[in-house]
Amino acid sequence: MTRLINLDSFLGVTVTVALGLLALALILTFVRLLRGPSLSDRVVALDMFSIMAMGLIALRVIATGQALYLEIAIALGLVAFLATVFFARLIEARGGELREGSDVGVPEEPGEGS
Amino acid sequence: MAAVTDVVAGLCVLVGAFFILAAAVGMLRMPDVYTRMHAATKSGTLGSGLMLVGVAVDAGSSAVVLRALAALAFLLATAPIAAHLLGRAAYISGVPTWSGTAFDALKGRYDQRHRRLASHVSEAADEARDGTDSQDGETAAR
Repeated sequence: MTRLINLDSFLGVTVTVALGLLALALILTFVRLLRGPSLSDRVVALDMFSIMAMGLIALRVIATGQALYLEIAIALGLVAFLATVFFARLIEARGGELREGSDVGVPEEPGEGS
Repeated sequence: MAAVTDVVAGLCVLVGAFFILAAAVGMLRMPDVYTRMHAATKSGTLGSGLMLVGVAVDAGSSAVVLRALAALAFLLATAPIAAHLLGRAAYISGVPTWSGTAFDALKGRYDQRHRRLASHVSEAADEARDGTDSQDGETAAR
């Protein structure tokens, strides 16, 4: 099992289906990243991206059997955690400025998401 | 035995992918940043964690199992901290809650000048005098 998509076994079929579901989830999260009315929404979407990337790496490890990628998953989780922490510090430090000044903090209209 | 581990790992992967898709749908459909964070953190972490459990079940050697479980432990340790920091930053920077929010327990308890959240109403009244009216109304309503 060295190919990423391998429909011969049950595990290969489930990995392929999971890859499709993850691709759909990535598209939906990217829509939120583009639309997100505030900077916090976008950072939440980026955090979700990193969590999904760890899942994608897990799928690749199952499909190809190359366990080396698990270390990449751990390093990616560490970097994404630090990035989220410092984005949170940035939002907290510049919060009032963003709310009054630029269009980043403009609230979403009620009923827009339904 | 190989067939059993294949089926268990495949089910872990499928359920994990379903939870990640549910998290992404929640990211798109939820009305404000706090509910979106709720969907992304809990459901997304569970989904990726189940996929890592699938790796651990499928792996042949104990070194790979340990690495997968280490990645899982790291994910479970960092995701709540990141979500807590993001929620705190969003609330402090004034991101509005959904219009249908029934109750905001932190309303009037944030001191804008000192950038501090007070746990008790009396401390909040001492430190943030401008928010006293809303606190009284809130305690009376409770």
